[in-house]
Amino acid sequence: MVALGEVDALFDPGDAVARPPRAWAAGRLRSIAWWRGIVLVCTGAFFLIPLFAALRFSLESFSGALTFSAFTAIPTQPGFTAALSLSIHLAVVTTLITLGLMVPTAVYVHLRLPRLRPIFDGITILPIVIPPVVLIVGVLQVAPTSLKGTPYLLALVYVVLAMPFVYRSVDAGLRAIDLKTLVEASRSLGGRWPSTVWRVIVPNLRTGILSATVLTVALVLGEFTMASLDLYQTLPVWIYNFFLSGNGHVSTAVSLLALVVTWLVLLVISSFDLRRIRRMAQARRDA
Amino acid sequence: MAVTASDRRHSTDVVGAAVEMTGLRRRFGATQALDGFTLTLQPGELVALLGPSGCGKTTALRVLAGLEMLDAGGVLVDGVDQARIPAQKRDMGMVFQSYSLFPNMTAQDNVAFGLRMRKVGAQARRARALQHLERVGLASEAAKYPHQMSGGQQQRVALARALAIEPRVLLLDEPLSALDAKVRLQLREQIRVLQTRLKITTLFVTHDQEEALSMADRVCVMRAGRIEQVDTPSMLYSVPATPFVAEFVGTMNRIPGVISGDRVRLLSTEAAVRPSTGAPSGPYASGTPVDVFVRPEGLAVTPSPQGGGTVVTTTFLGSITRLGVLLDEDVMVYVDLPTTADPVVAGSAVEVTLTERDVMVAERAATPGAAGSLTP
Repeated sequence: MVALGEVDALFDPGDAVARPPRAWAAGRLRSIAWWRGIVLVCTGAFFLIPLFAALRFSLESFSGALTFSAFTAIPTQPGFTAALSLSIHLAVVTTLITLGLMVPTAVYVHLRLPRLRPIFDGITILPIVIPPVVLIVGVLQVAPTSLKGTPYLLALVYVVLAMPFVYRSVDAGLRAIDLKTLVEASRSLGGRWPSTVWRVIVPNLRTGILSATVLTVALVLGEFTMASLDLYQTLPVWIYNFFLSGNGHVSTAVSLLALVVTWLVLLVISSFDLRRIRRMAQARRDA
Repeated sequence: MAVTASDRRHSTDVVGAAVEMTGLRRRFGATQALDGFTLTLQPGELVALLGPSGCGKTTALRVLAGLEMLDAGGVLVDGVDQARIPAQKRDMGMVFQSYSLFPNMTAQDNVAFGLRMRKVGAQARRARALQHLERVGLASEAAKYPHQMSGGQQQRVALARALAIEPRVLLLDEPLSALDAKVRLQLREQIRVLQTRLKITTLFVTHDQEEALSMADRVCVMRAGRIEQVDTPSMLYSVPATPFVAEFVGTMNRIPGVISGDRVRLLSTEAAVRPSTGAPSGPYASGTPVDVFVRPEGLAVTPSPQGGGTVVTTTFLGSITRLGVLLDEDVMVYVDLPTTADPVVAGSAVEVTLTERDVMVAERAATPGAAGSLTP
């Protein structure tokens, strides 16, 4: 804790003048580092203590002994494989549809309608502020009849939910490149639109697209409300129902496992780009 | 730069197209970017579009490339109307001002991109890309990504990429403006050598008059979407058609004078009024005050205590030294002397005389202080 006098001293111009500037700056940095450490510990505790409690609970038998039985029993639980498969399926479909819609839209807005970018920013943030029930009703109104009654309807809802994150990720990626010049260079070399998008735009949007994919996969694998309202047994819904049916230890173990698996998937996706960033940084240093 | 076998082959079989741009008009909001722009390029010719920022030179180039729509007018390439031909089918190589290499591709892949779009087989396009990189002296950098190369190298790769598709017209949109002076000079030479060797019709946009004058067969000076003059660099410099061209190209003194019959009086002497398109539609009446345009090399100084001029600045410019002379009535003129001539020091009293026999005149500028000014 910084004493009141120390804080005052930090902002006291007379003190700052009296001390050598470098020493003053070093003292200030130490103070910031100290506060940063406290924030980090508090945040870590906030996230890790519940996880630790959940892990302990899932490892405890009724007798109080530690056992992995809750984890080893997961694959044989009724409905687990179907729920996991559905969640993964929905994550893939949602990601493909969202990227398929948002990448061309963001590219078009950047190239042809740059003045409308603030409006698109506003529109794409709507799913965050609109209640989920309203979204479901909206999607039901416009969804093709053939999709109603299938889990793909849920994917459409997820597409709407993921839109703000995906649009922003792609938009940030587009802002980082000179899109107009790259597209014009491609066209002047004979590149048609599909080639330009596939060979020039998408590879240079890799970071944005990977961020969008990470966010969409995380959203779909963890989403509960929509799936529950639509009565589909995705993994989160299955975990909740399984918990209600008196299988607390196993459902908690599944939750933890799902968390770890999701985290690993996100890590793998991110590492594609990390490797590229490191390679580019190394190349820059070499140059 | 080495002449490759490919160069020799190309020097005989690659000939640029004839380009005709007629009555081009393009408006962006309140700005008339092109206002009846008409220009013809002969096959194999390098024409520079020169003008201040916003004069429409890049718009004209982009219209030719098919990257900009037209409000009116037409573009013919080898007699074929380009109105309905999209950019990707025009066969025009383009080098942009900003580094436009694809960041996700190596130099070789960048150069091969246009060939890939033309369905050239993988091996053939790699070989041809390497040839073109060799042509710009960058074969050893073929495997490098754009971020691993300097700005000059990137623009050379961009040039190789534009040439690799064997374009009928080469479009250069201020390709040297982002480079430092030394690299700019080298690349300027390289572009000119390649263009001459390959005989590609080239339109080169620049706001740098030195670049335009040193590289182009003809220079087209533009202002406010219109052409002021199209001519060879030497004619543009020695016989400017308008006061704007006179002041925009090279260095020009604007000295007050008075019309006397078909001559003009200035600096205690007289000179014939040069006929030019920028001259008044009819002869000026005797006694009309005018501005006379004279290059610094068209003036001379002689030491004279009663000469009416005082040297206030001397600037060493290599083979010449430029004197700034303050005349009576606060008129400042600049005079170029060979550096080897007798040195004239600041503070010397001199007489400034005219060495040209005929001069260009224009109506006296209304702006105070405009007369006697120098346009560098």
